[in-house]
Amino acid sequence: MHELSVTESILEIACRHAEQAQAARVTDVHLVIGRLSSIIDDSVQFYWDLISKETLCEDARLHFKRTPAILTCQDCHQEFELTTELIPCPNCGSARIRVLSGDEFNIESIEIERKS
Amino acid sequence: MSDKRIKIVEKIFDANDRLAQQNRQRFDDSNTFAINLMASPGAGKTTFILATINAMLDSNVRIGVIEGDTAPVTIDSDKIAAAGMPAIQVNTGGQCHMDALMVESALEQLSLEELDLVIVENVGNLICPASFDLGTHSKIVIASVPEGDDKPYKYPNIYRGLDVLIINKIDLLPYLDFDMDYFRQGVEMLNPGLETFALSSKTGEGLESWLTWLKNKLPQ
Ligand SMILES: Nc1nc2c(ncn2[C@@H]2O[C@H](COP(=O)(O)OP(=O)(O)OP(=O)(O)O)[C@@H](O)[C@H]2O)c(=O)[nH]1
Ligand SMILES: [Mg+2]
Ligand SMILES: [Zn+2]
Repeated sequence: MHELSVTESILEIACRHAEQAQAARVTDVHLVIGRLSSIIDDSVQFYWDLISKETLCEDARLHFKRTPAILTCQDCHQEFELTTELIPCPNCGSARIRVLSGDEFNIESIEIERKS
Repeated sequence: MSDKRIKIVEKIFDANDRLAQQNRQRFDDSNTFAINLMASPGAGKTTFILATINAMLDSNVRIGVIEGDTAPVTIDSDKIAAAGMPAIQVNTGGQCHMDALMVESALEQLSLEELDLVIVENVGNLICPASFDLGTHSKIVIASVPEGDDKPYKYPNIYRGLDVLIINKIDLLPYLDFDMDYFRQGVEMLNPGLETFALSSKTGEGLESWLTWLKNKLPQ
């Protein structure tokens, strides 16, 4: 159910910027979402189609760019990508690891058509 | 067809985060310490809050509780009220988490000036509440031992950005295969040096160190 409020926020931000730019409509919305964010693309799309009706964003396409989860080991300074569940440092086995990226949850840009 | 691309780079949770900041300011203005308590369903959030209230009855600390539930039920808030503390029930309307707006409207119904501590009992869920700042000072997660020792590996997000971890129901340890070292190693990877209290909200074992931590945070 989390995806509904996420989608509402995306819609609010996209419409606000489209209005500022005096757009006739929004054609595309580009999102950047880190692998560590627990968001399901399909359900965001599902809610988007419902709630964007009769707004500047009606029929706009959503694009999801997933950024990898990058961790670093604080003992041997090895950087590694997390693709499955949480693991200790693959180089030295240390548990003192820190997340460098993968938390992103941003709207990067929108594409609009101007009023003619 | 589109003839213009507009760069935005705005955090999707910006609106919530700004509102959370306002809530934090209100807590600060009335000198009230605020806690966002998160856990899976049945981990013992309400029992833990009641144990904390009862242990502090003699100290004149005034505690308010905001109870978040996905349905209009008052089971948890009734228990708090029965313990003699103001409780506000928030119905999230099916949503899997509380957000800053829900806390803001609950604050309308609480006399913050008269309270030293506010505890928000979030919706029972280990995933979604982690993304929403409510404007509290401390984020606390309760992990209960019957849930298993692999939870940090399966639900990493909730353990990050946490201030305190409560390991609850330790009275049940003798009956379960809960590997405390394995559990703690997972937590250490996600949140090195995290303040952790292992306790039983039922028997009161281990409660004392938690209360000491809490009392140090309260206005003197
Ligand atoms: N043995 C034992 N049982 C406990 C402990 N803490 C809570 N319980 C029991 O666990 C069950 C759930 O406790 P609650 O406090 O209702 O859990 P909760 O997290 O508030 O649950 P929801 O609000 O429904 O998500 C109850 O039967 C409690 O009596 C504990 O430390 N030891
Ligand atoms: Mg409860
Ligand atoms: Zn290493």
